[in-house]
Amino acid sequence: MNRPILMWNVGIWLLVAATEVLSAEVPAAVLGAQAARVAVVAAASDSTLAVFGPDGGGGGSGVIISPDGYALTNFHVTAPSGAAMKCGMNDGKLYDAVLVGVDPTGDVALIKLFGRDDFPAATLGDSDKVRAGDWVYVIGNPFLLATDFVPSVSYGIISGVHRYQYPAGTLLEYTDCLQTDAAINPGNSGGPLFDGRGTLIGINGRGSFEKRGRVNVGVGYAISINQIKNFLGYLRSGRIVDHATLGAVVASDEEGRVVVSDILENSDAYRRGLRLDDEVVKLAGRPIRSVNALKNVLGTLPRLWRVPLVYRRDGEMYEVLVRLGGVHGAGELAEKISGKPGAPPRRPDGRRPKKDQKTPPPKHPNKSIDKLKKAPAVVKQHYEQKKGFANYYFNRRHIQRLADAVRRGWDPHEQKDSWVLTGDIQSDVGEGPMRIVLGPKVGSAELPFYQGRADFTDELSEVLDPPATGGLLLALHLWQRLFLGGVDDFGKVEYIGTVPLHGHAHQVDLLIGMHAGVEVHFMFDPDSGQLLALEMFPDDGVDPCEIYFGDYREVDGLSLPHRFEVLYAMRRYGVFRISSFAFKEAEKE
Amino acid sequence: MNLSSRFFTLVCLLFAVLSPPEAVMRSAMAMGKLPSFASSIDRVQPKLVKIYGAGGFRGLEAYQSGFLISSEGHVLTVWSYVLDTDAPTVTLNDGRRFDAEILGVDPWLEIAILKIDEENLPFFQLSQSLEADVGTRVLAFSNLFSVATGDEPTSVQRGVVSAVPYLKARKGVFQTQFNGRVYVTDALTNNPGAAGGALTTIDGTLLGMLGKELRNRQDNTWLNYALPIAALRDATAAIIAGEPQRPREEVAIPVRHPVDLTGLGVVLVPDVIDSTPPYIDSVRDISSAAEAGLRKDDLILFVGDTLVQSIKDVKSRCEKFERGQLLPLLIRRGEELVTIELRTLPPGEAIR
Repeated sequence: MNRPILMWNVGIWLLVAATEVLSAEVPAAVLGAQAARVAVVAAASDSTLAVFGPDGGGGGSGVIISPDGYALTNFHVTAPSGAAMKCGMNDGKLYDAVLVGVDPTGDVALIKLFGRDDFPAATLGDSDKVRAGDWVYVIGNPFLLATDFVPSVSYGIISGVHRYQYPAGTLLEYTDCLQTDAAINPGNSGGPLFDGRGTLIGINGRGSFEKRGRVNVGVGYAISINQIKNFLGYLRSGRIVDHATLGAVVASDEEGRVVVSDILENSDAYRRGLRLDDEVVKLAGRPIRSVNALKNVLGTLPRLWRVPLVYRRDGEMYEVLVRLGGVHGAGELAEKISGKPGAPPRRPDGRRPKKDQKTPPPKHPNKSIDKLKKAPAVVKQHYEQKKGFANYYFNRRHIQRLADAVRRGWDPHEQKDSWVLTGDIQSDVGEGPMRIVLGPKVGSAELPFYQGRADFTDELSEVLDPPATGGLLLALHLWQRLFLGGVDDFGKVEYIGTVPLHGHAHQVDLLIGMHAGVEVHFMFDPDSGQLLALEMFPDDGVDPCEIYFGDYREVDGLSLPHRFEVLYAMRRYGVFRISSFAFKEAEKE
Repeated sequence: MNLSSRFFTLVCLLFAVLSPPEAVMRSAMAMGKLPSFASSIDRVQPKLVKIYGAGGFRGLEAYQSGFLISSEGHVLTVWSYVLDTDAPTVTLNDGRRFDAEILGVDPWLEIAILKIDEENLPFFQLSQSLEADVGTRVLAFSNLFSVATGDEPTSVQRGVVSAVPYLKARKGVFQTQFNGRVYVTDALTNNPGAAGGALTTIDGTLLGMLGKELRNRQDNTWLNYALPIAALRDATAAIIAGEPQRPREEVAIPVRHPVDLTGLGVVLVPDVIDSTPPYIDSVRDISSAAEAGLRKDDLILFVGDTLVQSIKDVKSRCEKFERGQLLPLLIRRGEELVTIELRTLPPGEAIR
């Protein structure tokens, strides 16, 4: 036997021996758990992104949530980039992406990648089921280490759930977040937090860094995926979205109860009966046992959502639905976020990256127009700048989608702008036949307990007939206006996103139209495009007239509702059943 | 207790130790699942408290952690500036707040016992705490960064005991009064507000109390460590009993693997009289002693910080040192005093 072969044999024997020792010493359970971790990390890494500015600068992480390329990251990661960015994936490829919507308060941004329709997407989990002690993976691009975009993985446990972190600076408030001891470092921002099975439970974005410099000290925070799910419909709208406020301030009293210490009289909560010293018991189905708990729940809710509130006064419980206001005034958010670039992540030694590392801070952080000149064509095609929007392209697309659904079957050339609705009405006051005529300038109603008319050429905010409806004739007039003129002629229209609607299991599309100072909220079934409800607000700080539509049937090729339930100030005015619609041309006056 | 009932107790104990979560964990891991610590954590959290007191300026946080050690509201925590107030506030896991009385402190261990006026509280039985070895998997509970308020549970971190070394107060390096062995962990526990928190096994059995923030001023590193409960037990009992405190020379937990000089290559002269001076008779070649530079006829004056005047002294001092660390010796060689650091062998490593 010659020497090389002998050496080979010895080598193989040693290898076999080593393998035997390994398998003998490591219990199968440990190897099993390791194999499970390897599998989870492999799958989870595929959906993880390295996010860069359009010129390759800046940097953070992200995660894909749909095969058509929608992805989540932090607002503070996208802020310096403007509308266009580049995303590196686990496969080593770089994709173009455009900004879709931002939530500056919650530190979330939605972006869209281009170039594939089969992006590997993470599965969204239920972060309310996460418990302290559960294993988690932080995957991303800490310290921008991955030049080939293969992400880094850190592993740890959930240290706490439903954490509240005070706003850092002016805007970013982390409410109801997940706390982990898995290392979160600069550059991990915007990246995914996965549970032990590889389900997405949060977006990493913040750590408690104090005297140790900006590196992990075992205390990192992730925005819960349940909060993001609430906002996802809003983020898809291309807007700069706002968080909710109750319009009331609470404090803990001596017995630890959470009581109202101040309340705005023009808030919906006040109109629903909430007063000073009332104890807040539940909001949106979650118990409120501390001031932080209320901040946590509110922080997960978008402006304009309507949620159940339970409060207690003199031992008696009251449950009401409250419409939540916005934390910021109109245009305030857009103003706040302009011209405030986020800082690029620091290196482990605490210094800013040097220029030769190709991560210079952008010179004109929010001058999207300048940047777009150089942006790839696909990004330009999917971006429209408009004041107050992150990317108006997406808002316009949604408006168009709903506009098409509204006018399906309607021939715009027919001038049938006078409608006669006949049927009956049932209400607590009485019941009997009814007839409603809706013309372009005047509307009238004949009900068993009301006969009257409304003149739509008057100041609209004062046209509130019939009494106790909040302006039913005006609301129907504006509903008809949406049909006749479509979205284009309605007035100023904005797609808001998806909101819960009482009595519906799934969220519905919300479109807001403004006409002559009157605001109308139109709510559509996201699948069929059917109008499910409208709320007409004749003025600020008042209750709307609410109409819930049902029993859609075909009339002359049009799908029309034959049941109208009318509510005002949480009281039901009545249910209208329409037995016939008649359309004709309005008489010339 | 007869032999068979003892055996029965032992078997029961074994089951108690090996049944959940260890057993559950093993079977879960066998299925490729990663077991959660959630149920252990749920058992521990009711025993943790948040403590608020003095501070709140110039990087001095006005909060720290603690845990209940009796059903009548005794709380063990670190003695710090946070307690420089008449009545620190103690918030229980369920959110109830109490003005606490500072029952007593042990300035050498830097621990304090607080008392709140409440009964039937969940607590850690100090007598049932365990001792950890290197590699013991641990959970650390504390209100670091004051993340939790009211009824929010404290933060939990996981890790292993990385070392069980002596923590020595050295001015300019680690400034602490505590002089004994500590559990150093790879969990990043050394954060503001974490001091006074609990270090437990992964099934929630108490091991130690998280120590105060300790920064090495020479290299700017922070030490993540916990004080073993065994080192705190006597002082805690004394404070609760109202006994005066006095410095203790030895506060360390029992040494399990004492240093043996012979094994390190040191052969002392025959111990013939009551107080034979500890002269070195010979030094074995290729040994720790030879490596450290010990020679024949060297006289050992100090083992660690203690003067040794006989071979018996040397042996009893060496037994106080756990193997695996450097053993400082002061030697008289002729007219010269020489400091030697003898590398002792970690337990399990073969004696050369």
